[in-house]
Amino acid sequence: MSKPDDFLSPEDPTWCPACGDYSVLRSLKEAMGVLGLKPHEVMIVSGIGCGSKVPYYFHANGYDSLHGRPVPVAQGIKLANHALKVIVISGDGDSLGIGGNHFLHVMRRNPDITQIIEDNQIYGLTKGQYSPTSAKGTVTTTSPDGSLETALNPMVMGVAGGATFVSRTFAGNPKHMTDIFVKAVRHKGYSLVDVLQPCVTFNKVNTYQWYKQRVYEVDQSPGYKPQDKRWAFDKALEWGDKIPIGLLYEEADAPTYEEQVPALAGDPLVEQDKGFLNRRVLADEKKLKEAFC
Amino acid sequence: MITNDLTIKIGGEAGMGVESGGAGLVKALARGGLYVFGFQDYMSRVRGGHNFFQIRAAAREVFTFNEDVHLLLAFTEDCIDRHKHEVVRGGAILYDEALGCDSRSLEALGIKACPVPFSKIASEAGGAPVMANTCAIGAAAGITDYDFERIRDVIQENFGKKGEEMAAKNLAAAKAGYDYAKAHFAQGFEYKLRAVPLAKNDRRMLLNGNQALGLGAMAGGCKFIAAYPMTPATTIFEFITAKASQYGIVSKQTEDEIAAILFAIGASHAGARAMTCTSGGGFSLMVEALGLAAMTETPVVIAEVQRTGPSTGFPTRTEQPDLDFVIHASHGESPRIVIAPATIEDCFEAGWRAFNLAEKYQCPVIILSDLYLSSQIRSIDSAGLDFSKVRVDRGELLTEEALEGLSDYKRYLLTDSGISPRALPGHPNAVYVATSDEHSEQGYAIEEAEPRRKMMEKRMHKLELASKEDMREPECYGDADAELTLLCWGSVYGAVREVVDRLVKKGMKANLLKFTDLWPFPAEKVRPYLERAKHLVAVENNYTGQLANLIRRQTGIQVDGRILKYDGRPFSPEEIIANLKEEMKLHVKTG
Repeated sequence: MSKPDDFLSPEDPTWCPACGDYSVLRSLKEAMGVLGLKPHEVMIVSGIGCGSKVPYYFHANGYDSLHGRPVPVAQGIKLANHALKVIVISGDGDSLGIGGNHFLHVMRRNPDITQIIEDNQIYGLTKGQYSPTSAKGTVTTTSPDGSLETALNPMVMGVAGGATFVSRTFAGNPKHMTDIFVKAVRHKGYSLVDVLQPCVTFNKVNTYQWYKQRVYEVDQSPGYKPQDKRWAFDKALEWGDKIPIGLLYEEADAPTYEEQVPALAGDPLVEQDKGFLNRRVLADEKKLKEAFC
Repeated sequence: MITNDLTIKIGGEAGMGVESGGAGLVKALARGGLYVFGFQDYMSRVRGGHNFFQIRAAAREVFTFNEDVHLLLAFTEDCIDRHKHEVVRGGAILYDEALGCDSRSLEALGIKACPVPFSKIASEAGGAPVMANTCAIGAAAGITDYDFERIRDVIQENFGKKGEEMAAKNLAAAKAGYDYAKAHFAQGFEYKLRAVPLAKNDRRMLLNGNQALGLGAMAGGCKFIAAYPMTPATTIFEFITAKASQYGIVSKQTEDEIAAILFAIGASHAGARAMTCTSGGGFSLMVEALGLAAMTETPVVIAEVQRTGPSTGFPTRTEQPDLDFVIHASHGESPRIVIAPATIEDCFEAGWRAFNLAEKYQCPVIILSDLYLSSQIRSIDSAGLDFSKVRVDRGELLTEEALEGLSDYKRYLLTDSGISPRALPGHPNAVYVATSDEHSEQGYAIEEAEPRRKMMEKRMHKLELASKEDMREPECYGDADAELTLLCWGSVYGAVREVVDRLVKKGMKANLLKFTDLWPFPAEKVRPYLERAKHLVAVENNYTGQLANLIRRQTGIQVDGRILKYDGRPFSPEEIIANLKEEMKLHVKTG
């Protein structure tokens, strides 16, 4: 068994006091403890942004990639070594803005990875510009008269896009967040977690208080049916005075991408032909050449 | 009578079977022990337009096409109009008699006009109109007195899998075409083809540069390929993908080139030998990740098969415009290695060698090929793709035993070589973070000046080391002591090689230097070759003379002349010689 402390890193976070990232980090460690995972069994892949610094503060295999690019890196890692538990963590701009195309396509593939979006509706590390999830009319340094685009809804996109696990949690409710992280990592296939998370420095609208007044745990409401896509759409569309958190949609038995790749039927790719990578090809020299004769 | 030294050109609209007919004929010739060289010229469309396939067959090994055409197989009038002036006096044009072609105008050019009822024969054989191409291939064998057995074998093989009836119809069409041409036109046509018996174990392969590159990569233990389709790199991706399941390779088509290289970087970080392939446009999208691989010291192989740029350019035409680009691509300064194959054999070697370089130096390696090299086919002795030379060298990759004894692992340990022992993620003793930020030896992001300076020097030092230990000097072909030295890289080599042969034959002392290892540029190894040379002329398929400029930057040596071509077409030897005469004022007699 493992403990959250196994994931303690020597590095000190550089986040603002009271930033939601602290509780995300804590819940992630707690989730690892619940799951009984050890640091070397986990690969955490991030982009660039405040929340993408998590790999420095979370002792596990880490790959801090480029802004918007953790999702393809994570898929490559998973295909090469499907024994690793692969978790992507990055912000809303990273995941849905610059990384939007990767987000669309990872959902269709259902790799057995978890994508956590630290969604604070703002670009924080660049000091407060509107993001893809900012509400229309958000006033920032780059939208002084209010932003003109409507906000992306990652839950609707998740349900529509083919994600087999679509969930939302709130950084102000660490217990809920830990629980969702555990479920997401346990889910076989692609799992999406949108973390509602205040930016205490640059987002003066979507504060802890703002969320606390609105969020409710969807699995406590009557008629909870996360296996029903139409129901899930209804819940995913709910945003305003009431915001559902919890698991909105789940398709438990869909095959993962890796399961459908013939070369990955047995050991992870990195374990195959170890020490003699080209064994099979060299053995077939004659046959391979004959095909050209 | 001229035997076993001719060029056949097949032309028509896309969809008329120009490519399949050409490929079938070239195979039938290679099977007959002839040395062949073939290339296709096609438009960026699926139907219509004008495409051609050009085949040169000879008794000795050939590396280029020639401008003179001896036999033209024309499926359209447009084809005749476009290419009749390439046909030599005494040459012939085989065309469908249904085309309203004025045979007298051809005869006036000294060309034998040979109308054959291609489509009539095809329909009598019970086939679709496209079968006219099979009939034409038969006719080409008939007029040249080539052995019909060879044609038959190839047809059986190509159509056999589509059912006996299909094979029989094609065979009937080919035979009818053969008999017709032999009876009507063989007499008086002086270009002939005769099969040459091959020694019992002498098998000759027929493959193109991309197939050889893919095969080389597989032989080198490539375990992962991710790509986005882009001409002319797609056939590497298709070649490896077709064999992926069988050889334990994971192949992934991604949403774009950005994802393709990142998938490969992820797979490589986890420990798989990983590559991607693309052309210049796709490489543009990969540039961001090139820096990531350099920064995180992740080995990755990128096959960049150049085409005519900029922007979409000519999607199906050749050029060598990306040398400067791949050497300098990415913001910041970072190491990468660039090797440029010039022949199909080179493509094979580059395929496996690139992985060894990538893992030894823990940085990106770019195989810089080009369209003309990627799609040209040549007959190669089976031993030409030398599997016995293939090595898998994973560099400083920590073994299971080394990992067991490890404590306080530093992924980016500062070393004299600049290369740090690499652990793959998944071992309890080597849990670390890799980051695109500047980082400490442990991999954590840093901001301090001194560690940054050291990390930068560590990474960049790899270039010095690679230049000394692995980058090869240019290969010299021709007289060691020459009046004229031609400089080339990539596919241009084929034509330049023949130019050297022709000049030497005319009594001139000429040679060429073929550059394959272009970055880090091995200046000290190159310099003696250049200093020894009397007159340097660079021949390149680009506008600026990028190799010549690179030489100037790296050695201070200015080449004397440049022959540059950037019209999307490959050089012919004749064109280079004409340019040499014109620009260099050399008194070279051409044949």
